[in-house]
Amino acid sequence: MTPPAPAELRVMRPVGPLVISIEGVTKLYQMGEETIHALRGVSLEIRRNEYLAIMGPSGSGKSTLMNMLGCLDTPTSGRYEFNGNDVAGMVDDELAEIRNREIGFVFQTFNLLARSDALRNVELPLIYAGVPRHERHERARLALESVGLADRIHHKPNELSGGQRQRVAIARALVNRPSIILADEPTGNLDSKTGVEIMDLFEDLYDRGNTLIVVTHEESVARHARRIVRLHDGLIESDRLAE
Amino acid sequence: MGRLLYEFNESVRIAMAQIRANKMRSALTALGVVIGIVAVTLMGTAIRGIDIGFEKSLAMLGGDILYVDKWPWLGAEDWWNYVDRPYVKPEDVLKLNRIIDSTENSELEFAVFSAFRATALKANGLSVSGVFTRGTSADYGRVLTADFAEGRLFTDAEDQAARQVCILGSDVAQALFPARSALGATVIVAGQPFEVIGVLARQGSFLGLFSFDNQMVMPLGAFHKYYGVRNDETEIMVKMKDKNRIDQAREELTGDMRRVRGQQPGQRDNFSINGGEAFKEKLDPIKKGIAFAGLFVTGLALFVGAIGIMNITFVSVKERTKEIGTRKALGARRFTILLQFLIEAVSICVLGGVIGLGLTYGLFAGVKAAMPNFPIEFSLLLVVVSMLVSIATGVLSGIIPAWGASRLDPVDALRYE
Repeated sequence: MTPPAPAELRVMRPVGPLVISIEGVTKLYQMGEETIHALRGVSLEIRRNEYLAIMGPSGSGKSTLMNMLGCLDTPTSGRYEFNGNDVAGMVDDELAEIRNREIGFVFQTFNLLARSDALRNVELPLIYAGVPRHERHERARLALESVGLADRIHHKPNELSGGQRQRVAIARALVNRPSIILADEPTGNLDSKTGVEIMDLFEDLYDRGNTLIVVTHEESVARHARRIVRLHDGLIESDRLAE
Repeated sequence: MGRLLYEFNESVRIAMAQIRANKMRSALTALGVVIGIVAVTLMGTAIRGIDIGFEKSLAMLGGDILYVDKWPWLGAEDWWNYVDRPYVKPEDVLKLNRIIDSTENSELEFAVFSAFRATALKANGLSVSGVFTRGTSADYGRVLTADFAEGRLFTDAEDQAARQVCILGSDVAQALFPARSALGATVIVAGQPFEVIGVLARQGSFLGLFSFDNQMVMPLGAFHKYYGVRNDETEIMVKMKDKNRIDQAREELTGDMRRVRGQQPGQRDNFSINGGEAFKEKLDPIKKGIAFAGLFVTGLALFVGAIGIMNITFVSVKERTKEIGTRKALGARRFTILLQFLIEAVSICVLGGVIGLGLTYGLFAGVKAAMPNFPIEFSLLLVVVSMLVSIATGVLSGIIPAWGASRLDPVDALRYE
C-alpha cells in the first residue's frame, strides 16, 4: 500500500521557486605541475519541481558540476546559492548539514552499507539529522513503501537485486524530504530493463513534486528529463527543454 | 543533543558489527591489548600486595603506639651522636606517666616499660635459643597488638610478686610443645622454671625481617631478678589517644621526655621517638621506585598493543573510505566520522581490557590459592583503573586514524575504489 503523499506535493508546479542559483562558477584542480580548469565559468538556475539532465562527455566538467551542485565541493570562484544560502563560503560541517537536509543522493554504485538492512540504510540520513528512533523507523518504512519495497525492509543489500538496491538508495535519498534529488548515472550499473524501471520511478517522483537532477552520458536516460544541460570543456554548451 | 546520542548509538552499533564481521582480525588486535593489560594489572596487584604486606607489618607495631628508645630505628649512621645517650629506664616511665596524667587534654594515654634480651628455653626435653624475651608490666596487655591463642597475660599482682610465669610466641610454643598445648606447662628459662600462662596467636614477621612469633613475655620483676636491672636493651611504648594526631602526640611526648630527663632548652634530645611511620618514610621512595619502574616496563607491553589498535584502525579507515564518502554525502559531519572510528578502536581495547582483567584475576586467584602469603592483591580500584586505561589506550591509538578519516574529502572518498 502506497501511503498518500502530503497534499502540497501532489500539486504539479511546472515552474516553482528558485532552488539553485550558480553564477560564473569556476573550479581549478592542481594535478602535479598542471592546472586543470574543470569548470570555466558556469551559470545555471534550477527551480523547484524541475527535471533536469546534465550531459557531457568525460572530461567535460560534468562530475565537477555535480559535486558542486551536491555541496560535496565548493567552487574556486563564482557564486552559489542554495535556497538563498551562500554555499560557496561554507565550511565542511555546514556543507554536511546542507547535504543532509536539502540533497538526496543516488549513486551509480548504490553505495549502500553492506551489513545493514534496507531499513537501516534508509534511516541513516535521519540519524545524522537527529530524528528520534521511532519517527526514524516510521519515515524509513514509508520511504521504502513509496519505492515499492514494503516487503523487503529487512533484507540486506546482498539479498536484493540491482534494481531493488537502487530503489533502497532512492528511498534513502527521499527520506529526509530534500529540496533536490541528485542522481549520478543512476542506471549505469543496471541492465536496460531494470534501468527503464528506475527511470519510471524517477518519472513517478517527478509527478509527486520532487526536483530531480540526473547526471548521465546516456541519451536514453536524459530523454526522460524535461530540460537538458550539455557541458563541454568546462562550459555550458546548451541548455534547452527536451522535446 | 538528541542527534549526538543517535550518532553515538549508531557508532557503537557499527563498531560491534565491524568486530563481528572481522572476528579473527579483531581478536588478534585485542590480544595485544590483553597482554598489555595483563602485564600492567599483574604489576598493579604486586604493587598493591607489597603495600598491604607493609601495612600489615606496620600494624604489628601498633598504629597508635610511639616507642621511646636510645637509638632511632632508622638513619643512625652518625652513631657517635647517639652512643652517649642514656638508656630508657623504668624510672623514666614512672615520671613520664605522672606527667601524662597531670597534663590536661593530653594526646597520650600511658607509657609501658620493656626490657629485652635473647634467651634460651628448655622444656619437654627440647630447647630453643635466640628467643626474643621481653620483661614488662601488666600494662603491656593494653598495647599488645597480637591476640592470645590461649591463656592470658600476667596480672599486676603477678608482676609485683615477680611470679615466674610467661607467655610464649606461637613459634616457640610450637617448637617446645609440638604435640600438645603449651598452656600450664613449665619451661626452663635461665635455669628457673616458668609456668606458661598464655600463648600468642600467630602474627608473622615484620617486613620479613623480625618474627613476632619467636618471642616470650615475662613480668619485669622476674626479668630483673634473673637478668639484673642494668639492661642495654630497653624501650618505652606510649599509647596515643588518637592515631590520626600522631604529630601532636609526638611533639607532646618529646616535651614530656625532655622534662623526664631534665634537659635544658637548646640541648639536643637524648632519646629517640620511633614509630611505624619512620619505616614508611624510608620505604615509600623504594615502593614508588618499584611501582614506577614496573609500570613503565609493563606499560611498554600495552604500548605495543596500542600500536596494533592504531594499525587496525588505519586499515579499517582505508577499507571503508567509500563508506566514509557515502556517510559524508548523507550528512555525517567530521565529528560523526571521528566518533565512529574512535568508538571502534575503544571497543576493541575495552574488549581486550576485560579479557585481560579476567585473566589477571584468574592468575591472581590461582597464585593466592597456591601461596596464600604471596604479596599480591586484587582490588576494585584496579578494575576501574584498568578499564580507564583501556579506554584511554583506545582513544589515544584511534585518534590519529579517526582524525584522518574525519578530514577526508567527500569527493575523493566517494571516488575511492
